[in-house]
This record gives sequence, structure tokens and C-alpha cells, in this order.
Amino acid sequence: MVMKPVALTLNGSFRAAFTAPGQNLLDLLRRGLGDLTPKYGCGQGGCGACTVLVDGEPHLACLVLAEAVDGRNVETVAGMSGATPHPLQEAFMAHFAAQCGYCTPGFLMAAKALLARNPRPTREDVVEAISGNLCRCTGYEPIIEAILSVAHGSARA
Amino acid sequence: MSLVVETYPTAAEAARALASGEALYLAGGTLVMRAVNAGEAPRRIVRTTDRSLREIALAGETVRIGAGVTIAEVVASRELAFLHVPAQQVGGPQLRAMGTVGGNLFAPHPYGDLAVALLALGARVTMAGQGGTRPLSDLLRDRARAGLVAQIDCPRPRDRRAFGFLKVSRVHPRGASVIAIAAYLPREGGRIRGARVAYGGMGPAPLQAAAVERALEGQALDHATIARAVEVATQGIDPPTCPIASAWYRREVAGVHLRRLLQSMERS
Repeated sequence: MVMKPVALTLNGSFRAAFTAPGQNLLDLLRRGLGDLTPKYGCGQGGCGACTVLVDGEPHLACLVLAEAVDGRNVETVAGMSGATPHPLQEAFMAHFAAQCGYCTPGFLMAAKALLARNPRPTREDVVEAISGNLCRCTGYEPIIEAILSVAHGSARA
Repeated sequence: MSLVVETYPTAAEAARALASGEALYLAGGTLVMRAVNAGEAPRRIVRTTDRSLREIALAGETVRIGAGVTIAEVVASRELAFLHVPAQQVGGPQLRAMGTVGGNLFAPHPYGDLAVALLALGARVTMAGQGGTRPLSDLLRDRARAGLVAQIDCPRPRDRRAFGFLKVSRVHPRGASVIAIAAYLPREGGRIRGARVAYGGMGPAPLQAAAVERALEGQALDHATIARAVEVATQGIDPPTCPIASAWYRREVAGVHLRRLLQSMERS
């Protein structure tokens, strides 16, 4: 098996690794680079648990060929918080938007992409932005409320 | 099973590699990486880094869309405003950011909503490494081993109201199509000239509803014409049964949704 080198920016840090032929980005992040925040759900693009940002756009890491991210900028939940949690993370806690928590990293990245593009989304925009993510615990309502609260400045109220 | 990923600098070289044996072409990954993850992909994966596949260019009344343009790029393009309605209804944001226009032409049933719209608009495709174009309808009739699509040439509707698109899914906001219908009904002197109507979800690939097109051609788009078109909505069509809907259900509802689409176009 011929391994290929890949160099990328992961959450602001320059990282390099070897990828196996056909290896997906999720596997590279988790096993190759030790970032366990993106989750493996279905491996088919149906659940959104592996959502990461590639050059700012939400991607399903399980369906991205790892070698194709060479030279690109990848963001995961691991890079979201500094000394304190990101406002979206605060809002997810305040609104009980996570129960088992498995889907949460995917929702956070989808929400981050939305707010970067559209800081004042309507409820419809939020529903659309998370339409590629499945949550089997919350019924989505608390997630929608959490994202809206950040957009409309009531996150810490 | 060990996999080989071959990356070529040009689309023409990738097309030659694709033709040289059992291989799958990888574009946005939303179809092919699924197969790779499931262990169902052939041993060879072919891809290209050719930037020309990412371009959108206007040429008179036609717009040339690179096969590697993503669905999200279609939604963001002013030149492709006439495709925004169907493009916005493909997948969720992640799938739109990854999936490509070229890949959509090869999406298996019940996927490929954008291909339905392109078929109704009379798009033609250019195969990489080959001269000339061929109708998209030809490609869709036999997609296996068709080769590598480099560009899609889509005529821009002169009157935006002449083009209509309706996607019906049971999961909202973004489920797979029970049926998708695209209709291009340009009118001259109040009469439809060059009617094109395409279905998604009603066959192994997007297809044209020839009987519906015949019922509309040369007519005014009014109540009586719509009734005649709806009568033959599924004539010559053999819809598949899949987990989304049965063949019986698709046949039952096709006319209802065709009527709704045509009525909305009548009003506009």
C-alpha cells in the first residue's frame, strides 16, 4: 500500500500526516491526527455527525477523501473554544440542546458555518442550515433555539 | 482489498485512465466515498485536479457549467439563478458544498434532482477528451461506462417564468424525492413551443415525459391543456419501488404533482 503525505491547517495549526489510499478525512482526523471531536455515525453522508469545515464550508468528513484536503484549512469543534467555551457551546448548554451529545459536534460546526455566512438568520435559515444533521434525542427544537439565541444576542441571558 | 487512487492534472488524462479498465471517477465524494466506505468500490479510483472543471462561463444564451462546480456554487452563482430552486433542494448544506453538477448526472435513483432540471432545459454535455457535445438525455439513458463529463451546456430560459420545478419528498426540509418534476414551457403568441417535461424518481435515471410533452406542445397553458397533460402523466413510464415510495404510489401521485406544477406556471 502506497501512503501519501498530506499537509493541512487544522484549527489554525499546520499539521502533516500520511494517508492510506481511499482513507476518508474523518478517519485521518481521528486516528491520524488524534482529533476525536468529529464523530462517526453512518459513513454514508446521512447523519452529519462528522461535519467539519473545509475552507469555511461544512463538509461531511466521512465522505471527503483525506488526500484531497492537502493544503486546505480544516476546522473542528476542538478548535472552537479558547479559555472559555464558544458562545454556541454556551448556548447549547443553556438550552439543553445536547442529550446524548453524539450529534452535537456536527450541529456546532453546521451552526458555526451558518453564523459566519449569515449572522442574523431567521428560524427558517437555521432549520435549513441543520437539515443535513440528525439528532435522535432532542427533537431539534432546543438546538434551533440555541442557535437563534446566539444570532440574536441573548445567549448569555 | 487495497485501493488505488489515481490523481491526474487534466480531465482528458483522467478520462483516458477511466476508460482503460474498471474504475470509478471521484468528484465531490458524496456518492463514490460512500461506496469506498462500504467496501463496494472497484479497486481503482480516478480523480483530477483540473481547475477548468470548476468554471462557470456564459456563452450567448447558453451557460457552460464545469462538471466539478458544486451544487453550493450553483446556488451562489448569479448566472445560474434559473437553477437556484432545484439546486437549493438538493441534500443539506454539507452535501451541496461537496456534491457536483457532474456527479448529480450520475446519481442513482432517487437522487439527481438537478439533473432533472437540466434535462428539462435541454442541456448538452461535453465528454472530457472528446470534441463536440451530446444531449444530456442520451447520457442519462445509459450512464454506465459513459466516460467523464467535463462540461454541461445549459440554455438559459429567455423567460424565467417558462421554467418550473417541483420536488416532492416525505421528509422535510430535505428528503429524497418521491418525485421531482421540471417543466420548460416557452410560449410564442400564447402557445407552448418546444415543451420539455422531465421526471426524477420515476425511473432508474431522470427521464422525459414524452406523452406529457406531446399533450402540451402547441397549446395554450390553460385548464383544459393541463387536464389533458395530467391524464397522460405516467403514460409510458414505469416508476420503481424503493424505500421512499412504491411504484403504485408514485403512479398515483405523479398526476397530482404535475397538475400543481403546471397550475403554478399557468398563474405566473
